[in-house]
Amino acid sequence: MAKASAEAAAVVRVRIPSPLRSYTDGDAEVAVAIPVLAPEHPPSLAAVLAGLDGRHRGLRFRIVDEQGRVRPHVKVFVGGALAPDLTVPVPSGSEVMIVAALSGG
Amino acid sequence: MPRARTKPVSAPARPVTLYVATRKGLWTLASDPARRGFKLAGPQFLGHIVHHVVLDPRDGRTLLAAARTGHLGPTIFRSTDRGRRWHEASQPPAFRTGSGRTVDHTFWLAPGHASQPGVWYAGTSPQGLFRSEDGGATWTGVDGFNEHPQRKAWCGGDQDGTPDGAKLHSILVDPRDAAHMYIGMSSGGVFESNDAGAGWRPLNRGIRADFLPDPAAEYGHDPHCVRFAGGNPDRLYQQNHCGIYRLDRPGEDWVDIGTGMPKSVGAVGFPLVAHPREPDTLWVFPMDGTDVWPRVAPAGKPAAYRSLDGGRTWRRQNEGFPASQAWWTVKRQAMCVDGREPAGVYLGTTSGEIWGSRDEGRTWRCLARHLPHIYAMEAA
Repeated sequence: MAKASAEAAAVVRVRIPSPLRSYTDGDAEVAVAIPVLAPEHPPSLAAVLAGLDGRHRGLRFRIVDEQGRVRPHVKVFVGGALAPDLTVPVPSGSEVMIVAALSGG
Repeated sequence: MPRARTKPVSAPARPVTLYVATRKGLWTLASDPARRGFKLAGPQFLGHIVHHVVLDPRDGRTLLAAARTGHLGPTIFRSTDRGRRWHEASQPPAFRTGSGRTVDHTFWLAPGHASQPGVWYAGTSPQGLFRSEDGGATWTGVDGFNEHPQRKAWCGGDQDGTPDGAKLHSILVDPRDAAHMYIGMSSGGVFESNDAGAGWRPLNRGIRADFLPDPAAEYGHDPHCVRFAGGNPDRLYQQNHCGIYRLDRPGEDWVDIGTGMPKSVGAVGFPLVAHPREPDTLWVFPMDGTDVWPRVAPAGKPAAYRSLDGGRTWRRQNEGFPASQAWWTVKRQAMCVDGREPAGVYLGTTSGEIWGSRDEGRTWRCLARHLPHIYAMEAA
């Protein structure tokens, strides 16, 4: 069986909006390394967010509900493209951007 | 068999702290022992929508706060030093994966029975019931309710379209029996469990539901707030969408006690609070439920109404309130009583004012203003 190693890890930069920086000690950007079997099999967005939550406990539930859906007023972009769900692949070196939309007062 | 009432106790003069949950954060309002001077402190969680903050009466130091923001999901914050430091729950209330349901916010927090330290209950929007056994750090669904085959019928669907979301509220644990509980649901009605939440049954007989095809329906009602009578957990009071009611157990029929309210004021409102020791004494704060339901003080003249005889008669209490042009709305969790002698009564408005009475509602004065929209207040 193939074994994940440090060499076979996708490293993803995640941009954190201000409402979530209480979880990252104020950091606006966090690098997340996700073990992968091979570069041609990049991790999913779900795996990236699970890795992010492993380092910053509680963050994921604020943006993804218990049914695995991105919350209504949150958008997640992968490589500049809006991610319709958490199955989107996230190649190593790409950027994940979390946007939290405010409206009204 | 009738159960013995709790013996009234005298309460020495000591300070009161109000925990004020608002649409923009948490404030505290602390009094001196005489309850003459009050000092406002805060905010904490500035920018969070805080629906409820409750101090655990069993240890006097654990606080739970139900919070979310406009864009982020719901969570629970907990403090074990009366609010100096806060930690987030590691597992906030959430429905079972695969159920298709999501918690929009936790609306109501209730400490468990005195014999079960660390046990808390939470009611959510949409209607869900959750339990913690570790002081609010982790929460699991009460399957006897959340997975009940009738739950969807009771609640009118998973999302019944109530503008601010359907709520499970008024979680009442019988002080004599940890397994005996009541809940209120808007929409749904009042339900009772005798086995710690494993099973539930509707308890709405006698309550009008004039917005339903069958006004005498078994469930589907809209209780706004349900309380135990002070010193007598065999009596329940309820402010409902369709009036004010009293239930004396083991009876099953609610009695309409709103009929004694002045016709020009009506019997509609959100909050209801019971005297801490006198089972016949309770307060309501009526709001305009005519026409399109403005839900403000009728005619712009705010007043609490107190009954000293279990709701048979009511007396207006508005000394100190503005005499006119005060269009207050007071939400169901935004009125509370303290346990002092005489009892203090407090209310918070959606326009950010806190008013208090230290003589059981006879006279009122403004204790704070300019706060955000007040959702809930608890006195400790």
